[in-house]
Amino acid sequence: MGVGIQVTDLNAWYGANHALLGINMNIPANHVTALIGPSGCGKSTFVRCLNRMHETNATARVSGEVRIGDVDIYAEASPVEIRRRVGMVFQRPNPFPTMSIYDNVASGLRLNGFRNKGVLDEVVERSLQSSALWDEVKDDLHKKSGASLSGGQQQRLCIARALAVDPEVLLMDEPASALDPVSTAKIEDLIFQLKSQYTIVIVTHNMQQAARVAETTGFFLMGKLVEFDSTHKIFTNPTDKRTEDYITGRFG
Amino acid sequence: MAHRSNTSAANRIWRTIANHVATGLAVVSTILVVAPLVAIFVYLIYKGASSLNFAFFTQAPKPVGEAGGGMANSILGSAILLAVGSAIGVPIGIAGGIFLAEFGRGGRLANTIRFTADVLNGVPSIVMGIAVYSLIVLPQKHFSALSGGVALGIMMIPTITRTTEEMLLMVPHAIREAALGLGVPNWRSVLAITLKTASPGIITGCMLAFARVAGETAPLLFTAFGNQFWSANLNEPIAALPLQIFIYAISPYDEWHRLAWAGALVLIALIVVAVSLVRYVASRGILKGAN
Repeated sequence: MGVGIQVTDLNAWYGANHALLGINMNIPANHVTALIGPSGCGKSTFVRCLNRMHETNATARVSGEVRIGDVDIYAEASPVEIRRRVGMVFQRPNPFPTMSIYDNVASGLRLNGFRNKGVLDEVVERSLQSSALWDEVKDDLHKKSGASLSGGQQQRLCIARALAVDPEVLLMDEPASALDPVSTAKIEDLIFQLKSQYTIVIVTHNMQQAARVAETTGFFLMGKLVEFDSTHKIFTNPTDKRTEDYITGRFG
Repeated sequence: MAHRSNTSAANRIWRTIANHVATGLAVVSTILVVAPLVAIFVYLIYKGASSLNFAFFTQAPKPVGEAGGGMANSILGSAILLAVGSAIGVPIGIAGGIFLAEFGRGGRLANTIRFTADVLNGVPSIVMGIAVYSLIVLPQKHFSALSGGVALGIMMIPTITRTTEEMLLMVPHAIREAALGLGVPNWRSVLAITLKTASPGIITGCMLAFARVAGETAPLLFTAFGNQFWSANLNEPIAALPLQIFIYAISPYDEWHRLAWAGALVLIALIVVAVSLVRYVASRGILKGAN
């Protein structure tokens, strides 16, 4: 089951660059929350702060509080623990090129020391079914490399890999922006099915995509959260003038 | 319109010519690069193949004046020296490369190590032999296979370290993020994901270093020393193919000259076999279509 995320007064810096300014957000459990905004507005930085992925950049710093479920992720947990609970799917599909399809999906468990073959088989099948890839690859699990799949299949493989470690939250950073429309539609269907089990936060440049998949939408501009409301309200009757300008295509 | 089509016709001819010239230059360069290699190999076969026989691969050298004998003890000795050298050079070299690429990036220590490795790479091999002579041979008061292996191992380190670093840095950032995003600790991600992804290139680096030291004579002169008899003892002087070739080549005897040619042929052939074997074994562990 998914858990909610409470963000309180979150600030982030890359070196001297103040990338996020005082973000407050209450992300509901088992919902899809979309984050929209022009390039460089801080939405990717924001999701990376939710699983402490921004710390891979040595100059990154944050202040404020992020609670996932009942854990303050900066005060009460290590990045490794948090990332096991908060899965991430990236913009470009990034399967491990030296691993088979099976090994890619099993990698999260194996690299954390899990070895039971029977359970692994089960998890791999369940994860690939959840990511709607099972029927396409079930005969090639050990034969084919993850990198030999098409772009859309690779992205669903990456989703399966993220699901295999059984996270509560799934962060997706523009998961369909490198894919063709058919693959994009498959990913969107998938997001719709997955939200019953996971809390999903998706960053997207595509406003139609936000409107299609998300119940809640946040609009970021220059490091600030301008508006955060139900997707319907954001796209039909936004409160802030800047939100309206953005969604009607007057800038960005 | 007429003017434009004229220009494009002239352009097309010019492009065709340029294309042929460029292709021709590439072919000529390739031939220039490959020709010396082929020439050396053909000449070695021409000079050395006739002296190759069963005894060459099974017997130790005979004293001057006695016919026959072989270089079997030198082949064994080279194998032992290279095994010791690789056991030292490969792990230290790879560990150094991992440190430079993954943990010490941009730090003062990493810059020092990188600079030292580059300098070490340029140190003449005879100097390496003298260094190991004073470090191991003098205190022990005798030449030994161990000291020869150490000299070769130290010579392998800089090449392996720098290739490992370059190869690790070529692994896309997205792959590292994928591993970290699964909640894999950094050290484990480096060993199981980054290193594995870079392994074809790292293996190539190790093979380059191996092939380079396999033919080294100078660092063995004061360390392994050479041996006319069978020995597999790490604490005793040991024969080595390059040393034996050297001794035979500067001798005044025709029979020994012929054996030296045969030895050179065998040395090159064994290096080719060893490198191909490692590549074959390594490629079986890596899936098709991965790149």
